[in-house]
Amino acid sequence: MLKCLIIDDEEMSRAIIEYYCSKLDHLHIVNQFDNALDAIQFINTNTVDLVFLDIHMPELNGFDFIDSLNIPPKIILTTSDSNFALNAFEYKCIVDYLVKPIKFPRFIKAVTKVDAPKSSVESESIEKANEMYVNIDRRLVKINIPDIYLIEAKGDYINIKTETKNHIVHTTMKKIEDKLPDSLFLKIHRSFIINLKKIIDIEDNSVLIKKEVVPVSRSNRAELMNRLNLLN
Amino acid sequence: MTETANIKYIEELADGDTEFQSKIIAIIKDEFPKEKNIFLNNIAQKNYLKSAENVHKIKHKINILGLKKGFEIAVKFESELKCKKIDSYQDFIVILDLIDNFLNKI
Repeated sequence: MLKCLIIDDEEMSRAIIEYYCSKLDHLHIVNQFDNALDAIQFINTNTVDLVFLDIHMPELNGFDFIDSLNIPPKIILTTSDSNFALNAFEYKCIVDYLVKPIKFPRFIKAVTKVDAPKSSVESESIEKANEMYVNIDRRLVKINIPDIYLIEAKGDYINIKTETKNHIVHTTMKKIEDKLPDSLFLKIHRSFIINLKKIIDIEDNSVLIKKEVVPVSRSNRAELMNRLNLLN
Repeated sequence: MTETANIKYIEELADGDTEFQSKIIAIIKDEFPKEKNIFLNNIAQKNYLKSAENVHKIKHKINILGLKKGFEIAVKFESELKCKKIDSYQDFIVILDLIDNFLNKI
């Protein structure tokens, strides 16, 4: 049983997280707060295993909250934009980053990461998360995940394009999507997953990434725009 | 603005749990007017950074209510406010009014 805390100044968001938690037997909400200050007082005198934490809050934001704790519990960030994803990488306690509105399957995926047994050498685990091995001609080839700029579906295969090399792998888009960090990658079309950090520009319904123009499907455009740090 | 608000996402979220669906709608009906008023007060006082925070909160509800174009306008307006610009103000007000009308009907 994981003792969970919800911190979000928006009641609707708290209600949705609470509802999702109620559907999973191993999650128990011990309390919820609309501000970080009250939550700090609570957490200093109570055991909490997991915090669902909003970033944008008045007075003290989510990162201020984490910084104020000597030994923070596991944190799942919940936010309406992904502009802070890189900050999240600086905190070992942050296990996932959920962009609102949060769908239940994505919520389960995040919570499952907390359940996963942690190695005693946690830093090694984090390092491993930056790489993956793919089976090519009966060889397991290591790929550095941040180097991937584009993944393209090709029938029963996918083409994983990195800074230095392309890798043709017999697998599905769904399987590779599950292996990639959501903070860096986004499926913008049924045949394309892009690394958001590698975007050069966006025009109408296409993205320029390296020298390739990649289509954005209408249904994924809003999510793409949501994930960008826009200055208009 | 041709799009209309809807509760499809909330229905999907509730997955047949009508009690939870009603609860979320009641919260939005209660919370949205308050958030809107706080935003209007801050913008009237030209407190643009606070207004950006308000828009940030409101855009979650815009998204939940299925207003995709409205969401894009809110994202743009939030960015503008951070630069103390209000070019998209009128467009954003249209979205707020649209939500107000929708919430009054459901």
